[in-house]
Amino acid sequence: MARMKFICDAERCIECNGCVTACKAEHDVPWGVNRRRVVTLNDGVAGEKSVSVACMHCSDAPCMAVCPVDCFYRTDDGVVLHDKDVCIGCGYCSYACPFGAPQFPSNGTFGLRGKMDKCTFCAGGPEANGSAAEFEKYGRNRLAEGKLPACAEMCSTKALLGGDGDVVSDIFRNRVLVRGKGSEVWGWGTAYGKPATNPAPQAKPEVKKS
Amino acid sequence: MTRAATVWGCVCLAGALVACGETTSGESGVRKSDVPAWQGSSGASNAFVADGWKTGDQASWEQQMRNRSRGQNEYSRTTP
Repeated sequence: MARMKFICDAERCIECNGCVTACKAEHDVPWGVNRRRVVTLNDGVAGEKSVSVACMHCSDAPCMAVCPVDCFYRTDDGVVLHDKDVCIGCGYCSYACPFGAPQFPSNGTFGLRGKMDKCTFCAGGPEANGSAAEFEKYGRNRLAEGKLPACAEMCSTKALLGGDGDVVSDIFRNRVLVRGKGSEVWGWGTAYGKPATNPAPQAKPEVKKS
Repeated sequence: MTRAATVWGCVCLAGALVACGETTSGESGVRKSDVPAWQGSSGASNAFVADGWKTGDQASWEQQMRNRSRGQNEYSRTTP
């Protein structure tokens, strides 16, 4: 059974925002809602790093724990989804999420906060897969079409990896071994476990030249 | 007087401990009403369904996911 995960390789992300654009276009996400965004650390300083951030579909999702109406559920593939028919838009999940994933469209009168919207790992929602109702609420269901999330598949530098956790972590581990640096995976420990129990791959030790 | 204070203390302590007995809402939200992705899309007649797997076959879908995931590894196409 696959366990879907995201990895963003900060050594490769060039802050092109292609993932953000792909997501918005694929799911017809409204203005004011960004399911994915690119965060740059030490912006403007030499050595700055960019990371593409969205819902990480945590193993122990805090949004699920705090939701007062229990609108979240997890699929067999480890994707954390929610039911917009149950969501009351209270915003508790927004406070609980360490990644700032939950978004709230302000499309009502007097800035009324609507139903929560977030990354679905391109897996839609509880409605029938590929139905118009599902697309209207959650966007396209690419997993049911045999595809991976649009953001990861569209990433030009392959910084953003999405898919079966074992496969994408193996790809990342191989990269780190080849380049010998950049083993930090921001958010990985927070989303999928403590570093002590789920350690990031170590960089190849430098060989001293005599 | 001392006895009354002790009784009140016990009552307050009991009240505090009752509050600690609230059950967590942690993983109770795991719901199975959603149709698994491997069963395909009801709009599967569209041209967006990728080739290489059979709708309704879980093993086929999982293999498709692994193959697509491996497709993100450019080292499989070029020598590092």
